[in-house]
Amino acid sequence: MYASLNWIGDMLGRELDAADTARRLTMLGATVDVVERVHEDLSEIVVGLVERVERHPNADRLSLCLVDAGDGGGSVEVVCGAPNVQAGTKYPYAASGTVLPGGLKLTKRKIRGVVSNGMLCSARELGLGQDHEGIMALSTDATPGTPLLDVLRLADTRLDIDVTPNRPDLLCQKGIARELAAVLGEVVKLSPIAGAATVALAPRRAEAAGHVGGIEVRLDDTDGSPRYIAAVIEGVEIGPSPQWLQARLHSIGTRPINNVVDATNYILHELNQPLHAFDLRNLREGALIVRRAARGERLRTLDGVDRTLTPDMTMICDGKGPIAVAGVMGGADSEVTDATTDVLLECAYFDPKRIRATRSALKMNTDASFRFERGIDLEGMTGAVRRAVELIMAVAGGREPEAALDLYPHPAGQTTVFLRSARVAHLLGVEISRGEIERHLTSVGFTVAPRDDRMAVQVPGWRPDVRREVDLIEEVARLHGYDAFPVEMRPFRPTTVPDAPSELVAARIRRMLCALSLHEARTMPLGPPVGSEPQEVLNPLSADEAYLRTALLPGLVRSVEGNWAAGVRDVRLFEIGRVFRASSGDQPPDETIRLAGVLTGAREPGHWMGSGSGGDLDLWDVKGMLEEAVRVAAGPGTRLSPNGNGGWDVQTSGETVVGEAGPVDADAPPWAGPLFGFELDVTARPSEGGGDRFMPLPATPAVERDVALVLPPGVTVAQVEDIVRRSAGPLLEACSVFDEYRGSDLAGRSVAWRLIFRHPNRTLRDAEVAKAEKKVLAALREELGVERRES
Amino acid sequence: MAQTSVDAQLTHIAAALDQIETTDADALDQLRTSLLGRKSGALTQLLRSLPSLEPAERRQVGKRANVLKREIEAALEARGLALARPTGAVSDQDLTMPGRRRWHGALHPLTQVIDEICGIFRELGFSRTVGPEAETEEYNFTKLNIPLDHPAADMQDTFYLKPHVVLRTHTSPVQARTMERHEPPIRIVVPGLAYRRDPFDASHAPVFDQIEGLVIDEGVSFVDFKAAIDYFARRFFSADTAVRFRPSYFPFTEPSAEVDAQCQICGGDGCSACKQTGWMEIMGAGMVHPAVIENCGLDAERYTGYAFGMGPARIAMVRYGIPDIRMFFENDMRFLDQFLD
Repeated sequence: MYASLNWIGDMLGRELDAADTARRLTMLGATVDVVERVHEDLSEIVVGLVERVERHPNADRLSLCLVDAGDGGGSVEVVCGAPNVQAGTKYPYAASGTVLPGGLKLTKRKIRGVVSNGMLCSARELGLGQDHEGIMALSTDATPGTPLLDVLRLADTRLDIDVTPNRPDLLCQKGIARELAAVLGEVVKLSPIAGAATVALAPRRAEAAGHVGGIEVRLDDTDGSPRYIAAVIEGVEIGPSPQWLQARLHSIGTRPINNVVDATNYILHELNQPLHAFDLRNLREGALIVRRAARGERLRTLDGVDRTLTPDMTMICDGKGPIAVAGVMGGADSEVTDATTDVLLECAYFDPKRIRATRSALKMNTDASFRFERGIDLEGMTGAVRRAVELIMAVAGGREPEAALDLYPHPAGQTTVFLRSARVAHLLGVEISRGEIERHLTSVGFTVAPRDDRMAVQVPGWRPDVRREVDLIEEVARLHGYDAFPVEMRPFRPTTVPDAPSELVAARIRRMLCALSLHEARTMPLGPPVGSEPQEVLNPLSADEAYLRTALLPGLVRSVEGNWAAGVRDVRLFEIGRVFRASSGDQPPDETIRLAGVLTGAREPGHWMGSGSGGDLDLWDVKGMLEEAVRVAAGPGTRLSPNGNGGWDVQTSGETVVGEAGPVDADAPPWAGPLFGFELDVTARPSEGGGDRFMPLPATPAVERDVALVLPPGVTVAQVEDIVRRSAGPLLEACSVFDEYRGSDLAGRSVAWRLIFRHPNRTLRDAEVAKAEKKVLAALREELGVERRES
Repeated sequence: MAQTSVDAQLTHIAAALDQIETTDADALDQLRTSLLGRKSGALTQLLRSLPSLEPAERRQVGKRANVLKREIEAALEARGLALARPTGAVSDQDLTMPGRRRWHGALHPLTQVIDEICGIFRELGFSRTVGPEAETEEYNFTKLNIPLDHPAADMQDTFYLKPHVVLRTHTSPVQARTMERHEPPIRIVVPGLAYRRDPFDASHAPVFDQIEGLVIDEGVSFVDFKAAIDYFARRFFSADTAVRFRPSYFPFTEPSAEVDAQCQICGGDGCSACKQTGWMEIMGAGMVHPAVIENCGLDAERYTGYAFGMGPARIAMVRYGIPDIRMFFENDMRFLDQFLD
């Protein structure tokens, strides 16, 4: 929303400083995003007085003018091509070196052999209008050299204001002025219309039908339009608007069109009352009806598009059919044209919800629909229509044969909201006196009356957002100034809400994987469909982003490929995020929290002495990481089992697969290392309490036994370990694999184990260890055919 | 043997202690022999001569000689070990050669910022919780006092999954979920992803992180709200950072505010990053609207509170000078490597 500093200043009867105004409005909630000078590109143009006009010696159509531009350096010669140049008249003058709007820089140059020092300008050259018939004569007393901007009062500042959707009243100059008036202690007064000779008649109230200017007006759809005012003006002459009106529209970024349209736009921006002008002669059968559209009815709107209408939409119709989509856009056939002489002016209130549904069904967002949707001032309509009629008569001539017809069958009562000053103090945390509360509220148009211990506050029509007590408290806080409230830390009570277990688990996993040298990654949850039962997005941004992820690994693999594409070979990433699975019916999809990781490239950074453990990350690195992740995040009894694809499944004690790991396919350059990945469901389980407990350190010595075992084909280390732990008895503290040997001399492979025995209370005797070892070997031989390797 | 002569010998032998500390490996053995050698070691001989002394003198000299012997033995031992230790100071070793490094992992910069923000609010007694990313319209809009037929619903362009099921457009639905499940006092921060139909560009992502905050209790006021947010901003940026509260509008708070911190790039003078305003928007916030409290089954006359929502990505971009929000999702190792702890 653009505000003009001049326009608002006129309403307040004072000059406004742009920066100060912007700051005040921002601190009132009307954030000023941009402050820009209007027509700043004309700042170098001055008033030039043509003292003498002669024929150009070498060209019939050119004249040679002597121009006083007031810079004290005497008059200069300017070549001019305009037929209307006259001695003794003042024109806009641009000296050599001036940059004209549009970027043209004037240089001193010879025209047909005579040097021209600058240029006398037309309105079009200055971006002030379409008139290119001749240079722009200035009727002014200003001395030559006076800046043009001062003479035309074009110098204005435009504020670009971010108006929040609850404040339709701020969508016009008067609303902005009202806010400023409250903080500046001024009164808002509309400036008189230049040249307005006639005062418009007071509108006549009627129920749902009546006549005006020979037209029958009928309000059938009072839900869609609770109030409809029609005024008729006869004998207007369509043409360009006067300079002041064009300048006003320019200042808020609106292009002038013709006097009638400009007048309606002026009222729109001044009072936030959208108006529509119909050509009276195009109203067939002399009728205007406001009604719901019939099913399948059609209308070609102003933008040339044929629209199909539904009964949910309110239409303006004549005796034959629809001529406008109420509150959204007019039809192509009823518009005001250059030939129009009689106008029916519509000043209506349309239901915000109806307008919102209509414009969204028709996909038309117009200036009018934007305002109706937010709610206009139901009480300010008669004032607006009178001012509009006066303005049209002032700028386009014509007369009002009959007072406007105001169809308002069910007048809405005043809205009253009760306010307790105790509640103000309770919510805002500081006492604000009743007198001050009253002063704040009345400063922006509320009326306050005492009602027992409360205040009965009447809400003005332009504030449809104020409907309950808290709305008034916000007004008080806003006008009191948010800055005026102290920053004061007061006691508070501790929260009853525990930390989410999933956040605690995620933090532990993150710490652990960072320590294992993985970087945390973030990938997009939206992508192409992957996996089973992906959840589709009904309105995706693109087909590539039309599904929610069912797994994290694909995104991470894309990130690895991105790194490869950038020439990065060593990539270690993990992510914790949500994945989704479509659910039936109207339920949201199922969400689970997953952990995934990818690794490729060197196990350690290169070093000039040769890297310690050397080589590329491999299958055993990814298994190790997965084991760590399972330790931190999965329930007890969770284990890894080979999945037949060269990797592992993670299975719970209940045999549910909750994760996997192994080699991963990717689009890899030849120099890349092998890529491995893992993914694991880490949806936090309810806390099991307890946690890790301290184990006393052993006070007795351990006995280590290294045993090489020959495993026949098909026998796994997991099977062996199972039997070792089962058969060794209570003295076995730990067992682990420390070597594997495969050779043609063996039927199978040799796996070397280290068994650690310990008694909790005393030193072990050799015989005890030998006995346990013997039992292990016997069990292995019997159950798996595993023998000790003879060296 | 006169006592003076014995004294002189002891003093002479003690002087060898200094010699031991600087001697090299070959000379060390000779020194050991010359002092403690079984046959001709100076101290050995002196000890051997003790019986010839007067009893009183014998005790005194004997004590001194034995102390000295222990000292010499310890010094020889220490020197021997020092000489045996590899020094690394071998003359041809270039100690400017690079050391052996290990890979490091790091938290994503957004996680670091989120953890820091949540950590500051923890100082103010906030716990950390989460909620689902796929939500019903009811939780995402209706319970938060955002009627779908009101222009306020347009403030967020929404992804729909099925009729009445959306990807949450903010983390605010967790406000309602928490109020329904827990009795006040409630003090929570809620980090999580939110989704809006904004095309991916340098400053917008269709999926982005948000941190929601909510406080509900008896007697929580606008002053409490200002104090908490001011505390956060000064802790996060710096103690002398100016903070500004501007009236604004959100359907689920009233009074509503946008909170600005003094621009961290120009210090408030105005620059392109802050659009010449000198201020940087850090969050939308306000007092929880009574309609929201009522919608969640609590008594809005009894309970009041405040809520806020902020985007850690934007804050991280300012803090680290990251020009493009998309870099957070590319996972380039060279980018992530810059955020090591």
